[in-house]
Amino acid sequence: MKRYLTNPKFLRSALPAASLLVLLAAIFYIQPRAMSQFGMNLMLQYAVPIALATIAQMFIITVNDLDLSIGPFVGLTACIGATLLNTNPLLGVLALLACIAAYAALGALIHWRNLPSIVVTLGMSFVWLGIAVLVLPTPGGTAPDWVKAIMSFKVPGIPFPLIAAAIIAVVVHFALMRTSYGAVLRGAGGNPKAIGRAGWSLLKTKMIMYAAAGFFGVLAGLSLIGLTSAADAHIADRYTLYSIAGVILGGGEFVGGRVSPTGAVLGALTLTLTGSFLIFLKISPDWQIGAQGGILILVLALRALINRREAQA
Amino acid sequence: MTTTQIVNFEAVAKSFGAVRALVDVDMQVVAGECLGLVGHNGAGKSTLMNVLAGTLSADTGVIGIHGQNLTRHYNVAVAHDHGIRCVFQELSLCPNLTVAENARIFHASLKGFGWKKRAGKMIIDKLDEIFPQHGIQADDVVGDLTIGRRQMVEISRAFTVSDEPLHLVILDEPTSSLDVVAARQLLSFVRKVVSEGQSCILISHMLAEILDYSDRILVMKDGEVVEEKLAQEYDRDSLVAAMGNVVESEAIEAHEENIKIRGKTPLVVKAVPRTQTGGIEFCAHKGEIVGLAGLASNGQKRMLLQVFSAADRHLNDTRVEGPVALVAGDRQTDGIFHLWSIGQNVGVRSLKNMVKGWLIGRDQEDAMASKWQAKIKIKTPDMNNNILSLSGGNQQKALFARALGSDAEIVLMDDPMRGVDVGTKLEVYDQIRKEAEEGRTFLWYTTEMDELFNCDHVYVFRNGQIVSELSRSELTEEKILQSSFKESA
Amino acid sequence: MSSMTASLKNLREKPWIWSYLGMLVVWLATISFTGGKGGGDVITAALSFATFTVIVGIGQMFVITTGPGNVDLSIPANIALSGAVAMKVMGGENEMLLVGFAASMGCGLAVGIFNYSLIRVLRIPPIIATLSASFLILSTAIAYGRGLKIKPPLLLSDFTTLQIAGIPVLALFIIVVATVMSVVLNRTLYGRSVLAIGQNMRAAWLAGINVERIRFATYVLSALMAALCGFLLAGFSGGASLNMGEEYLLASIAVVVIGGTSVAGGKANVPGIWGAALFMFMLVTMLNTFGASAGIRLIMTGLIIVAVITIAGGDKPER
Repeated sequence: MKRYLTNPKFLRSALPAASLLVLLAAIFYIQPRAMSQFGMNLMLQYAVPIALATIAQMFIITVNDLDLSIGPFVGLTACIGATLLNTNPLLGVLALLACIAAYAALGALIHWRNLPSIVVTLGMSFVWLGIAVLVLPTPGGTAPDWVKAIMSFKVPGIPFPLIAAAIIAVVVHFALMRTSYGAVLRGAGGNPKAIGRAGWSLLKTKMIMYAAAGFFGVLAGLSLIGLTSAADAHIADRYTLYSIAGVILGGGEFVGGRVSPTGAVLGALTLTLTGSFLIFLKISPDWQIGAQGGILILVLALRALINRREAQA
Repeated sequence: MTTTQIVNFEAVAKSFGAVRALVDVDMQVVAGECLGLVGHNGAGKSTLMNVLAGTLSADTGVIGIHGQNLTRHYNVAVAHDHGIRCVFQELSLCPNLTVAENARIFHASLKGFGWKKRAGKMIIDKLDEIFPQHGIQADDVVGDLTIGRRQMVEISRAFTVSDEPLHLVILDEPTSSLDVVAARQLLSFVRKVVSEGQSCILISHMLAEILDYSDRILVMKDGEVVEEKLAQEYDRDSLVAAMGNVVESEAIEAHEENIKIRGKTPLVVKAVPRTQTGGIEFCAHKGEIVGLAGLASNGQKRMLLQVFSAADRHLNDTRVEGPVALVAGDRQTDGIFHLWSIGQNVGVRSLKNMVKGWLIGRDQEDAMASKWQAKIKIKTPDMNNNILSLSGGNQQKALFARALGSDAEIVLMDDPMRGVDVGTKLEVYDQIRKEAEEGRTFLWYTTEMDELFNCDHVYVFRNGQIVSELSRSELTEEKILQSSFKESA
Repeated sequence: MSSMTASLKNLREKPWIWSYLGMLVVWLATISFTGGKGGGDVITAALSFATFTVIVGIGQMFVITTGPGNVDLSIPANIALSGAVAMKVMGGENEMLLVGFAASMGCGLAVGIFNYSLIRVLRIPPIIATLSASFLILSTAIAYGRGLKIKPPLLLSDFTTLQIAGIPVLALFIIVVATVMSVVLNRTLYGRSVLAIGQNMRAAWLAGINVERIRFATYVLSALMAALCGFLLAGFSGGASLNMGEEYLLASIAVVVIGGTSVAGGKANVPGIWGAALFMFMLVTMLNTFGASAGIRLIMTGLIIVAVITIAGGDKPER
């Protein structure tokens, strides 16, 4: 048992869950009242859009790319959701589908010209923001009622964000880690040449992964306005950083297709709770962003420690 | 004869820019034979196999498979559909996936419920068949396996059958990462497969493997097939001659007359492998060629890296006197700077000595490049050309020039001759011996038995430990094999 | 014929040409719209503003050149902090100018060392390291510079805005810096080592290059350039503000890429950074002149970055 607990592989895969639990314990210790369904709901409500955006980022990272535009993209879909989708549902759905198609096209472009994703998505972040400003020049709009209804769904006893997070994790884990085509998709991150030689289309894998990222980006935007009810072009600018941090906190690696959907969702939850933790600690808001960085560094330091131990063994 | 023809290449040609990689090559493979393919680096073997596997398309010529003319639209998928598989030199496994998942990548039909179990069983069964006691599990992540085991997975995967046919497996240097035992297992398996009516194409620089295990041998030179005979009609010498090597292998034997007596020159390297406690110390004296022997990846490279990193600092377990340079064996990951010219690749280790004031002297850089081009015979019209314009063997020479041209007094060699043609090898052996005479020390890890006979002193490694120490006069192939396999007490 | 292919090859080896061509086209489009009026003013303004992008761009270029995954995301936070520190130290006094400069450089040095130690000690990917570091730095800047409304010393604001015949002196100064950096990149041991590491870090180590020392120097260099930018920018814009660095994250990466530096590492050039920075500024000016709305301006900026990288094509090495 002890050997199992000190096994680096086990420690590494347990780290995302452990950091979440430690943070949760610290919060409950400082503020026992948080340990209620209401408290949890409040602390975790933004976990759902952040988790969805993190999953979107994870798909991109799986194929060795990085999406620096997911924040503005979520902002754009939020703006569409709060305007078109409400006033003209058909047009709204079409617009959101077009967003997903645009992501797939980006994947195709990046594959076709062998482009660095960082630069392409950097450019696209301006484009998404620009479109969002055109769609909704000033903050406002209203989320469709059905979106709000879903986001305020209540199950007795269990906070809704936890249920939603579990569903997201299970669905994505199954699709990416358990299906036979999921292996091909991850393989495209591990050794693209080998996947190409085995007769698979790398263009297709990249387009699918980008489309999946676009789809989850749309879900993130919609779930976000389900909570805020109104939108703004800049509503999700932070999500680019959150999503990258979430994937990393969740044990994902930058290259080589080594990712974990469950970990990514846990990472997103941890990140969300960090905000509440600081409020409970009564730390000056000046330092909130710094503390977020600090927690990221702390978890990565732990991972480095485990890896070093493994290298020594 | 009523043999079925599987492959029929007629006048297949392929050029890369001005380089004619394949010149009107004819090649036939019939069912139930093992075709050996030999030739120097850059002779066109790999190009030919890439065309057959569908990863490269031929410029002209006819590609016939099973009697059908498939020249148009021939690609990987078509090759796969016709039962042609290829084990490439560089690994085609996904390191982030498990062994079973890698099997699934290879077989489009492995899907639906329970695919993981089926894929795992398929690959493990094949591993059991080819490499008994391989010690690999279906859910091992490939990246965590040793390179030898990865190679086993890769080879076994090529022989797995789902609903697609399997007629021909191309093995391009399959034994390069395997130890002697696994290599034998593989080659006997090849004979078994062939006797059952399937075919193999075997490419290897180990001429003994080709001579012993193939039925027919195709000799390539400069993109052409220069000779084709039954294997029993060749012996080692006639095969080497056919490849165009007039350099005698006796050159190596000449060295035997020059055996140095240990200890007359000062000690320059003294180390104990980190994975060893006590026992034999690794020592090298000035001007010696010291061999690191044993089965592949048994701690030899780790020893070299230990010496390398000890060169610029003081470590308790490793003492190194003098600057060190390393000749990489794994060119792509350890050696080549792919964006640079040949000259820049040669000069990079010596830049410190070219600095005047603050700036690197251009003249010194050019001078070094042209000096070594002449000295080690790098075949290129211009040392300012990109390094990748060279054939593999010549890239290796550039890496040798980098180390030999530097101020290093100790040169570490990480099995640098693996996959290099015989001609280049003999040229470089000469250079090494000359340099050693002049006082340079060489630490030489090699997996090729022949090369050990260039050494003055040999340490045999097993499981990260030095298990025996042999001076040149005691050195025999048998002794090395014995210590490589000896069970620890 | 052969001379033409030779000059074509030459052109391919000078990828920075395109950024200057782009700049020229955009400038011509702008002045043809205004009927020739204000052509000179556009250049003056472009030079003044591009200067700051170039300063951070050079640092970012060295970082990006050390290989895939290397990028300095802490530049904006660093600009904010070093600008604020310099303003506070100087307190608007000319005599304190050098002390203020030293203080902001000190900030840069500290940030660079912090970034690198995260990368090295914790073995964190640089993107994450500089990202998390930037959170901490920004927090420090916010806490330190709260309510900071100090004017820069007159000498500094005069220097940063001084023009001779419509050419900003600061721009000339940075052109000299860029020229020096170009020599550093191509002809010094440090520059060569950066290029080698960018192609293959392991091979660079095995070729006797002290990889960690070079990477350390590179992250410190980038941080120092960002600090310099913060110092000058605070002088230029009449005081430090906490968000004055914001736009330089994307801008620093964009000018490096548009300037023809390989994102895959190992291949870089300095002249392209100037071309790209001028091009980016003139593009926005052109769209303003055409009367485009904010949304359209953003979309066009983004599409041009994507178009440039698409045309330039990827040159990721096959790994």
